Amino acid sequence: MTGALRTTAGPMMKSNDVVRFCFGSLAGYPLRTGLMLLAMSIGVAAVVLLTALGEGARRYVTQQFSSMGTHLLIVLPGRSETVGGPPPLLGQTPRDLTVEDAQALTRSSAVRRVAPIMVGSAPVAYGNRTREAVILGSTAQMYAVRDLTMAQGRFIPEGDIRRAEAVCVLGHKLKAELFGADAPLGRFVRIGQRRFRVIGVLTRKGQSLSVDISDVAIIPVASATALFNRSSLFRIMVQAQGREAIPRARQAILQILRERHEGEDDVTVITQDALLATFDRIFKALTLAVGGIAAISLGVAGILIMNVMLIAVSQRTGEIGLLKAVGAPGRQISRLFFSEAAMLSMVGAMLGLLIALAGQWVLVRLFPEFPISAPLWAPIAAVGVALGTGLLFSVLPARRAARMDPVMALSRR
Amino acid sequence: MIRLENIERTFQVGDEQVYALRQINLTVRVGEYLSIMGPSGSGKSTLLNILGLLDRPDKGVYHLDGRDATHLDDRPQAELRRHKIGFIFQFFHLIPRLTATENVELPLTLAGVAPAERKQRVMAALAELGLADRARHRPDQLSGGQRQRVAIARATIMRPALILADEPTGNLDRASGQEVIQTIEALNAQGMTIVMVTHDPELGGRTRRQVRMNDGRIAHDSGADDEK
Ligand SMILES: Nc1ncnc2c1ncn2[C@@H]1O[C@H](COP(=O)(O)OP(=O)(O)O)[C@@H](O)[C@H]1O
Ligand SMILES: [Mg+2]
Repeated sequence: MTGALRTTAGPMMKSNDVVRFCFGSLAGYPLRTGLMLLAMSIGVAAVVLLTALGEGARRYVTQQFSSMGTHLLIVLPGRSETVGGPPPLLGQTPRDLTVEDAQALTRSSAVRRVAPIMVGSAPVAYGNRTREAVILGSTAQMYAVRDLTMAQGRFIPEGDIRRAEAVCVLGHKLKAELFGADAPLGRFVRIGQRRFRVIGVLTRKGQSLSVDISDVAIIPVASATALFNRSSLFRIMVQAQGREAIPRARQAILQILRERHEGEDDVTVITQDALLATFDRIFKALTLAVGGIAAISLGVAGILIMNVMLIAVSQRTGEIGLLKAVGAPGRQISRLFFSEAAMLSMVGAMLGLLIALAGQWVLVRLFPEFPISAPLWAPIAAVGVALGTGLLFSVLPARRAARMDPVMALSRR
Repeated sequence: MIRLENIERTFQVGDEQVYALRQINLTVRVGEYLSIMGPSGSGKSTLLNILGLLDRPDKGVYHLDGRDATHLDDRPQAELRRHKIGFIFQFFHLIPRLTATENVELPLTLAGVAPAERKQRVMAALAELGLADRARHRPDQLSGGQRQRVAIARATIMRPALILADEPTGNLDRASGQEVIQTIEALNAQGMTIVMVTHDPELGGRTRRQVRMNDGRIAHDSGADDEK
């Protein structure tokens, strides 16, 4: 008989019945079930939403970079020690970049356009309204290099770079603040102590890398030289002939400027692609970090599940004792508790995904320009981690239930 | 059916050894109806738990159905409890969130019996105990006597050969207690072996064989003579 019993396959409770039984006991304790679902779903939602935000930030920056223009190289005065590193924010500038430097760059066959940029700040006045604004001195080339578009009028005309024509182009916000609903074209504004005729207004293109071009006035670079009484450029923007020409353009720029600066390498050339790649890396790391932090909250949810399951085991002592008395082996009992935790984490994870979807929907509506979307791996990883922690942290409670002494369990009523 | 040889069970309470059972020798044959009586703390429940394979003796041998059941592993032990033994408790131990049907169904569910067969057997069992109209009620919607009858239906749904009842009427009024006892006696009439612990001398007097315990020993056994 012993032999016969040993060889009998163990009791196999049908999986339907397991699910029904577990659902019953989860529904029987709504508060604790609700709390665990809450913790689990918040954890999952946090992972998905935070990574979506990080990914959105990355895409946003990428978009901003491409809206700056294509195949761009930026020449800054001063030398950066690390190749391809960020521009030197502080530190002395040994030799200024000049308009002549900029013109010299057009010699290279790899270079299509060159736009010198001079930056200053001055009050801009129309009638009795005055606004302090950023003044950019540049040339007609800037239009194509920065990929600008006009709302009205035209951009700074082509012509002799040394001619200080008294014309200006306004950013749309500056125009609105100075002119309100009035037509600005042909009117004169006062910038510093000089009068400039308004020949164009830029479209609302928003912010492009630190400089808000909606809030600027653009004047010919020679006019800016006179206005600010200096000849040093803030930077030179260079557009290469094409994507493959970028490295050649970079070499040419360095060589031409070295010749012009008596053999000194005293400029920094940043390529748009290199910057983009750097930012891309930074934001990917950021997304991972934020997602990781959120994953810790899932771990916390797991510990909460363990705690509550342990409480459940001691709350349901009588039930466990009874299950043993009617012939459930320890294994089966631990499987029941395990399934309960699995169901909880599964439902919690699904709820979390729903919350994350809803959150994304709200965010997209609140910030339509911000490209929020979770990378595909985020929900998969979140649900995986949720299930993993749920199961891992229910090992202990399930084992405790399985090993419970039935006599003790039944003696408490 | 049951043979206990020199069973001892001690509990460690602090530094002290408490003897719950000493030198227990007991044989129960198939179909017997046996009551165990004795003062509180005399070891009746401990003995019943050992018979039900919920507890293990520290010394001695327990033969169940001709085979040594003293040192079984968890799985075969559970298997025996499932198929051979039915428990009836003083406090019913129904699962509060389950209906009467589901409580009775539980052993079948755990054993993996198909739902259709389960339903049929449970309905038959409930009807037999006069509980057909209470099938969908939960324990808190039932009287004490009805709860105990649901518990009896659960204990017998697997058709075990041995029923162990620990003060099955201890928590019931007289009338319900009478009903429950009649139910148990009907089971015995169907051939099940019954071992029942009771405080009530009147109930004890109804059984064919009576065992009296005192301080962990069997003080008197009305059936001891015909054993040998
Ligand atoms: N788990 C336990 N731990 C310590 N002592 C126990 C335990 N279970 C029973 N005992 C002791 O064993 C003795 C017998 O108990 P029990 O079998 O419950 O008696 P009865 O059911 O006859 O009232 C008592 O002295 C009791 O205190
Ligand atoms: Mg007792």
